[in-house]
Amino acid sequence: MLTISNLQASIGSKEILKGINLEVKAGEVHAIMGPNGSGKSTLASVLAGREDYDVTDGSVLFEGKDLLDLAPEERAAEGIFLAFQYPVEIPGVSTTNFLKTAMNEIRKYRGLEPLDAVQFLKLMKEKMKLVNIDQSLLSRSLNEGFSGGEKKRNEIFQMAMLEPKLAILDETDSGLDIDALRIVAEGVNQLRSPERSTIVVTHYQRLLDYIVPDYVHVLYKGRIVKSGPKELAFELEEKGYDWIKAEVETV
Amino acid sequence: MNNQPNNDLKSKLLADFRTSEERMNGASKSALHQIRREALNQFDRLGFPTVKHEEWKYTNVNSLIKEVFEFNASSDITVDDLAQLESSRLEGNVLYFVNGQYQPQLSKIVSPASQLTITTLAEAVKTTPDLLTQYFAKYADYQDNAFTALNTAFAQDGVVINVPANVAVEAPTILRFISDARQLNVASQPRNLFIVGEKAEIKIAESFRTLGDQASFTNVVTEIVVAEDAQVEYYKIQNESDMAYHIGTTQVHQKDRSHFYSATVTLDGGFIRNNLNIALDGSECEAHMYGLYFPNGRQHIDNHTLVDHRKPNSHSNELYKGILEDRSTGVFNGKIFVRQDAQKTNAYQSCKNVVLSNDATMNTKPQLEIFADDVKCSHGTTTGKLNEEALFYLRSRGIPKEEAQSLLMYAFAEDVIQKIKIDALREQIERRIQAKLAR
Ligand SMILES: Nc1ncnc2c1ncn2[C@@H]1O[C@H](COP(=O)(O)OP(=O)(O)O)[C@@H](O)[C@H]1O
Ligand SMILES: [Mg+2]
Repeated sequence: MLTISNLQASIGSKEILKGINLEVKAGEVHAIMGPNGSGKSTLASVLAGREDYDVTDGSVLFEGKDLLDLAPEERAAEGIFLAFQYPVEIPGVSTTNFLKTAMNEIRKYRGLEPLDAVQFLKLMKEKMKLVNIDQSLLSRSLNEGFSGGEKKRNEIFQMAMLEPKLAILDETDSGLDIDALRIVAEGVNQLRSPERSTIVVTHYQRLLDYIVPDYVHVLYKGRIVKSGPKELAFELEEKGYDWIKAEVETV
Repeated sequence: MNNQPNNDLKSKLLADFRTSEERMNGASKSALHQIRREALNQFDRLGFPTVKHEEWKYTNVNSLIKEVFEFNASSDITVDDLAQLESSRLEGNVLYFVNGQYQPQLSKIVSPASQLTITTLAEAVKTTPDLLTQYFAKYADYQDNAFTALNTAFAQDGVVINVPANVAVEAPTILRFISDARQLNVASQPRNLFIVGEKAEIKIAESFRTLGDQASFTNVVTEIVVAEDAQVEYYKIQNESDMAYHIGTTQVHQKDRSHFYSATVTLDGGFIRNNLNIALDGSECEAHMYGLYFPNGRQHIDNHTLVDHRKPNSHSNELYKGILEDRSTGVFNGKIFVRQDAQKTNAYQSCKNVVLSNDATMNTKPQLEIFADDVKCSHGTTTGKLNEEALFYLRSRGIPKEEAQSLLMYAFAEDVIQKIKIDALREQIERRIQAKLAR
């Protein structure tokens, strides 16, 4: 589904990603872990199409298409979704307000008829229940005055609505209490299917108790320095990152 | 040859005045005419302002005064022509003026005479001269403002509204001023006077439109007198052509505990200067001023506001917002004056702008002059680009760039749009804004 080869990206003169290789097959869940400042959010942003970063080398294929050639909105329409680490506040724009436009634009791209107001509301009701989010929150200005947990739940709500093929969750678990964490995991697990894949960027192993990954990768200084089965996450939890850093430095 | 174009329009106007005076015979001795003559002398003395004048630094009227206009030109406008303007039918008292002339066949007054009297200025001169003697030109300053002087000297028509005490007028009143510039360059100088009695309430909108591609010039003055405990909602909506020049002054005089709400929305227009001057000549008054402007192309939109706090315990609140595209220019100048007597004044001013193009310019100037010591005053202006983070967020959800941009621009404007409390008018404005932002 997703093939990242030797991806290099920088901002200004600062190199951040220094040759990422990653293969995500349909149905798989990949966890990406690593110390702060390793480039995890940068990778997520580059995949979603943020224009601040210059891709200096490498390629990204998504279902055979050159992803780097597509505008952010085209990537979304192709089925990529990024749950932001720091979702932006947008005064005057509510979730309901832009999500209907977003869904119908994506449907248009795929040659589908737009949803009418009734269909849209029905779908919303269903997904609201799933992530336990309140209608009133969705009618307010996006993220303005939302608590950390509300912001993250809103991201997962949007993901549930848009049903992406590839969901990228950037530290969606940070700052969540255990109940919220369970709700977020529930939302992700509901979407799991042989056709859909997920990349979970996280700091903590605890999310992976709920969203069990097929693979765990460690990103450090712009490279994937270690990959392994889900047990790698336990090891990282136990021993921290220092041993990995040491391993990298000796190479 | 006269190589000072400045003098062409001026000398033509001065000559016009003399000619009309000769035709008047006896009427020229009336009190009203004395005011007009005095205003003309002031205009003669002042001349058109140049950019050397502090108040006109960013708004150069040179190209305006080089044009040749036909003042108060007749128009054979029909109801079918109006359809081109695609204005929705608004319920209420609707009065049409075309090139400054009242169009009774297009107008309707639905409010009963017990609620208010609406007359044209031309009619009021004949039927209620005492009312005019009491209020006309008593508020809008023609000593220092050349355009107000010009309007005062020449205004032939407009609307006089008188709301008696204790009446809350239900129907909104909409004044539609249309420049019919299909054949030639036209000019008009409407003059309005709204007198709102104690504890009375009214909603009034002034709308300005253009038909045709020739140049037009509207020089409008509106005086609003708000008595004790009265409440006025006032909307000025401009949707004129790129060839339209508009200079306008709205002068408001508030007495104790009165409330005044205004929104000035400029959708389109070539060259616009709006002055909104509010004298808070009473205590415990409230004045709320909102503004919205969307210049593109080479449009120029200038909003000057002045709030004069003269008495204690009043509150003024101002929010102007603009979105500038292409090579357009915008000006915001907000003056707050707090006199020594105006203790416990609470004055708030804010002007926020989004500049979408490197060739567009916004000039903002807050001016606070405070002579009382116990006041709360705050002001702030911001001018920036559209929020890139927000744009990326919306695009990452599947919304194409242009659409995401117009969504954000609309959201930016939304809080001001919501201040328009005449529903049909607001909905019409919402549609026009959406259409303009989607371009
Ligand atoms: N917009 C930016 N401008 C400058 N430096 C950036 C920017 N975004 C990220 N970086 C830098 O790139 C590195 C990786 O950041 P990030 O991808 O956010 O790491 P992580 O998500 O793994 O904590 C950090 O050193 C960070 O300071
Ligand atoms: Mg990060």
